[in-house]
Amino acid sequence: MLLKEGQVRIPSGCAISGMFSREGRRISGQDIVKSISVMHDRSNGLGGGFAGYGIYPEYKELYAFHVFFDSNEAREDAERFINRHFDVVNLSRIPTKKHPRITDAPLIWRYFVSPLHGKLEESQLEEKEYVARCVIKINTRIDGAYVFSSGKNMGVFKAVGFPEDVGEFYKLEEYEGYCWTAHGRYPTNTPGWWGGAHPFSLLDYTIVHNGEISSYDANRRFMEMFGYKCSLLTDTEVITYIFDYLNRRQGISLKDCASIIAAPFWSEIDKMPQDMKEKFTAIRNVYASLLITGPFSIILGYEGGMMALNDRLKLRSMVAAEKGDLVLVASEESAIRIIHPEVDRIWSPKGGEPVIATLSGGEI
Amino acid sequence: MGINYFTPQYEVCRDPKKCIKCKVCMRQCANEVHSYDEELDMMVADDSKCVDCQRCVSLCPTRALRITKYQNEFKENANWTQQHITEIYKQANTGGVLLSSMGNPVPYPIYWDKLLINASQVTNPSIDPLREPMETRVQLGSKPQKLEFDEDGKLKTKIAPHLDLQVPIMFSAMSYGSISRNAHESLARAAEELGTYYNTGEGGLNEDFYQYGKNTIVQVASGRFGVHVGYLSAGAAIEIKMGQGAKPGIGGHLPGEKVGEDVSKTRMIPVGSDAISPAPHHDIYSIEDLRQLVFSLKEATAYTKPVIVKIAAVHNVAAIASGIARSGADIIAIDGYRGGTGAAPTRIRDNVGIPIELALASVDQRLRDEGIRNNVSLVVAGSIRNSGDIVKAIALGADAVYIGTSALIALGCHVCRSCHGGKCNWGIATQRPDLVKRLNPDIGYKRLINLVHAWDHEIKEMLGGMGINAIESLKGNRLMLRGIGLSQKELDILGVMHAGE
Repeated sequence: MLLKEGQVRIPSGCAISGMFSREGRRISGQDIVKSISVMHDRSNGLGGGFAGYGIYPEYKELYAFHVFFDSNEAREDAERFINRHFDVVNLSRIPTKKHPRITDAPLIWRYFVSPLHGKLEESQLEEKEYVARCVIKINTRIDGAYVFSSGKNMGVFKAVGFPEDVGEFYKLEEYEGYCWTAHGRYPTNTPGWWGGAHPFSLLDYTIVHNGEISSYDANRRFMEMFGYKCSLLTDTEVITYIFDYLNRRQGISLKDCASIIAAPFWSEIDKMPQDMKEKFTAIRNVYASLLITGPFSIILGYEGGMMALNDRLKLRSMVAAEKGDLVLVASEESAIRIIHPEVDRIWSPKGGEPVIATLSGGEI
Repeated sequence: MGINYFTPQYEVCRDPKKCIKCKVCMRQCANEVHSYDEELDMMVADDSKCVDCQRCVSLCPTRALRITKYQNEFKENANWTQQHITEIYKQANTGGVLLSSMGNPVPYPIYWDKLLINASQVTNPSIDPLREPMETRVQLGSKPQKLEFDEDGKLKTKIAPHLDLQVPIMFSAMSYGSISRNAHESLARAAEELGTYYNTGEGGLNEDFYQYGKNTIVQVASGRFGVHVGYLSAGAAIEIKMGQGAKPGIGGHLPGEKVGEDVSKTRMIPVGSDAISPAPHHDIYSIEDLRQLVFSLKEATAYTKPVIVKIAAVHNVAAIASGIARSGADIIAIDGYRGGTGAAPTRIRDNVGIPIELALASVDQRLRDEGIRNNVSLVVAGSIRNSGDIVKAIALGADAVYIGTSALIALGCHVCRSCHGGKCNWGIATQRPDLVKRLNPDIGYKRLINLVHAWDHEIKEMLGGMGINAIESLKGNRLMLRGIGLSQKELDILGVMHAGE
């Protein structure tokens, strides 16, 4: 019997693309669909998806849950759980369009929620931690329900299919946001499960990822010490949790997070001035199990920012560009040029060197 | 005197056509197997004294010698084997406990040989260590829960003292006394040049070797031989020896024959006296006592050195390790039942303890289940025979390994398991000056360096094959392993899938 995603580890190759307006201009979802569609041959129709930030300004104080349900029974179970833990301000089916190449769709719902005050207080948890634990609980305990997006003023849209078809299916041209990321997937078997597509997300962190990390089980077993449950067995899932753990829970800057997962080589550390040497020696010592090896290029989206990063040997292609206030990143240059044939600057970031764009105008 | 029931184990085969009667074999054999019969004008041998150390075979200039199993056979019996019968004869003769050396030789399963390593194909690239950076450097010690940086990105968190290994291999504890001065010198110099550590064992540290202190782990065992503040301060780390894989439940054992002038001075015991360590530490009757010793040693050295607690792999090893991880120890060393020894009661060596592979897998998983795996480093020992064993150990969850027997083999040891006799013809497990000088430390340390370099290179090749370019990404990466011919229970304990899954 063919095993589903989560029951077996499936390596996959991919295409990724991302764009970010540092001035916070709202860009239509159309552009990102166009960008990822150029790299059609980098995916094989078994997964595509998008993340948009700033797309729900009318509900920006609420957590937006996007949820797949296998059945109405699963929906009822999950809704019971959600109602017990959250105040649901709005709920609806996510609007989709019939598409000849997108089939076997699950029920796709959206909930705008805020944690129930009493419950939150009782849990003695920080609000985001409370939400994260609820999401993990739904995904691991309620059969047939899967929350695939759970941040504020952002949302993930994904399906089994080519990414351009997925974009049409979700009518992304009707959304506008300051940041978009996209993913086309080339998995090595046919899991046929929508939850397995990218982006993978937790709270406002989303990851699109191209690569197959060789450190997977070392990373997974380390992360599982801290309450994360890697139920999908995918690289993207564990990378998302690593960012959540380091950036949100431990308060480590994204730049330092990049130095943890794509750490400088010892030969470089040995040549650093004393204080830097101490810092990076400590990073490699304490967070040794969070070093990620093997090929990857990732785009991390988060509230107010975007970071792109390659593995330290740069075993996957990734190009970055600037055009006015826009920062663009993609697996191939063509995916940038299709939207902006002329750009101010285009370069290939070095392995382990993060490209960070933030709403305050920050950029590296 | 009654009948001698004893039959030789080995037979010395000499080709008379090749033998030139040069008497090298006679001069080389400390067991006095070979002699020259003037009347017959030929070399003769007393098979009963032979331990099959292969010294004479290696040195015979005309290759006239061969040692084989003694061809005499007792009546075949699957239950009452010749070995069982002979051992009863020996004990009926002497009334004594049978002594033996080196690791458990009984054919229990060897799990290293039932684990297979992964390699990349197509979906991700293998990495070529000849052309790309490949890192095998390891830091050992306790780690804080998290790092904090100030506004300029500088490190605020203070890191506990740790060991910095250029290769994930250290030399195990082997005391001065059980092995020779030249063997110790070879280990110390090799550790220094390799950027790793050797371990004094429980016999103290000869003052001449204090110069290698930054590459030395000093051991504190239940006998406390040679322990004083100068000794504790001399090393880079302190190891509390709670147990040893070859003889869990009992203390160290150095026969008086091996306690000469220099060993006596280093150990602070009289010449010729047996050095028998107590079975327990008499100040450690429980885990809370261990914590006190850990902190006593840290106090004595002003918190400048990591403390290692070494235990033998026994049934309840996971719970014990969990207790140690909360006792202030920085590193836990676990020694499996195939770990070597200079002398141990045969029955204990052959029947007590468990395989290091299973102990390691269950300790690593237990510490992870409790969320404390990153608080301590794990070093494993107890028959690491090659670089493949090291890759498997690290994938199961070890930070680094200790090698003892392998290091001695590099120095010429032929694993004849007669260390307790003190007549090692290779100059390793002996204190007899004429034998000790056979081991030239100038050559010995280079052989150790060669071995570790070769293994390090092989580890890099295997890492690269898996698409990994730093050893920490292999640590606990059990997806890189598959079992072969193992039961579901064994696979569950090892935390690996079966080949083909």
